[in-house]
Amino acid sequence: MSFINYSSREINCKIVFYGPGLCGKTTNLQWIYKKTNPDSKGKMISLATETERTLFFDFLPLALGEIRGFKTRFHLYTVPGQVFYDASRKLILKGVDGVVFVADSQIERIEANIESMENLRVNLAEQGYELEKIPFVVQYNKRDLPNIVPSSELRCALNPRNVPDFDAVATEGTGVFDTLKSIAKLVIMELKKGHEA
Amino acid sequence: MLGSDLVMYEEEFKQIDAELQRLLQQANAKVVFLVDKNGQLIAATGETENLDTTSLASLTAGNIAATGGMAKLLGEKEFSILFHEGQRDNIHISIISQRVILVVIFDQRSSLGLVRLRVKKSTETLGNIFNQLLQKVEHEKVSGKREESPFAEITDEDIDKLFG
Repeated sequence: MSFINYSSREINCKIVFYGPGLCGKTTNLQWIYKKTNPDSKGKMISLATETERTLFFDFLPLALGEIRGFKTRFHLYTVPGQVFYDASRKLILKGVDGVVFVADSQIERIEANIESMENLRVNLAEQGYELEKIPFVVQYNKRDLPNIVPSSELRCALNPRNVPDFDAVATEGTGVFDTLKSIAKLVIMELKKGHEA
Repeated sequence: MLGSDLVMYEEEFKQIDAELQRLLQQANAKVVFLVDKNGQLIAATGETENLDTTSLASLTAGNIAATGGMAKLLGEKEFSILFHEGQRDNIHISIISQRVILVVIFDQRSSLGLVRLRVKKSTETLGNIFNQLLQKVEHEKVSGKREESPFAEITDEDIDKLFG
């Protein structure tokens, strides 16, 4: 759910990074944080356990510049990927404008990816959203590892609808901004559609 | 989904800002701010210069969301007031019209009783302003009349420019 403030001329949107545990959602945000001009970002908040596993969410506010005189801000969130944090994941999806699904390309994580995608679909439905109708992109992360599934197979399993998808190595930043740019574009186009309707 | 987007206009923003300032004064508070349930900061007043209000807004919403989740598990509709007590500063959080969150930060210059009393009064006023705002948004949607929309003539180029 975007927030359009005509008084301060601002548009705020919420993007959620979803995916199985240890797929690299937080790493995506950390890279974006590291590479963004200090003027355009706020503090990155990570609610994590002592072992640096996401407990509730990571949060990164990003100011991207202006569209037609309106300051455009994206609030990026990650969900905790571990299966048993499902209640928290549901909360974070509230009011989402766009979702990035980060898949772990390793062979042994294929089941976890599929399960997490299904979980995303169910949790979105609980909030009244349909995965097919919201701005959505997929990222195949960890492409630098040796034991990976080919992107084409991942696409078959996770992206039958053929939404924009990207190969990535989030630890090195490969594909991270392409993914962000793509989801930001879809979210803004969706807002435009809503205003034309 | 888009039907429930939050839109804020100049007129209502001024009313909200005035009410927050009044509450700040009457409750003897340090900071008062309003957050959308999704974590977007709507307005803030008081000693906000050295305060990361964006992060606070997001964490407040997370806090309310988590508490709401607990309420549901107990069969409650919501817990409408949260209070965090610190050594120096305290935070009073309450929900208005089931949609927005009012946060009051105060220290020893005020008290929980005073804050609760003043918050209760402001809740009604703010609730009315938000209802008025929602009606206005709904009305403009139906009548097709809008303030100049920043999206109307947006192009791919505009979006590309965002990323420099």
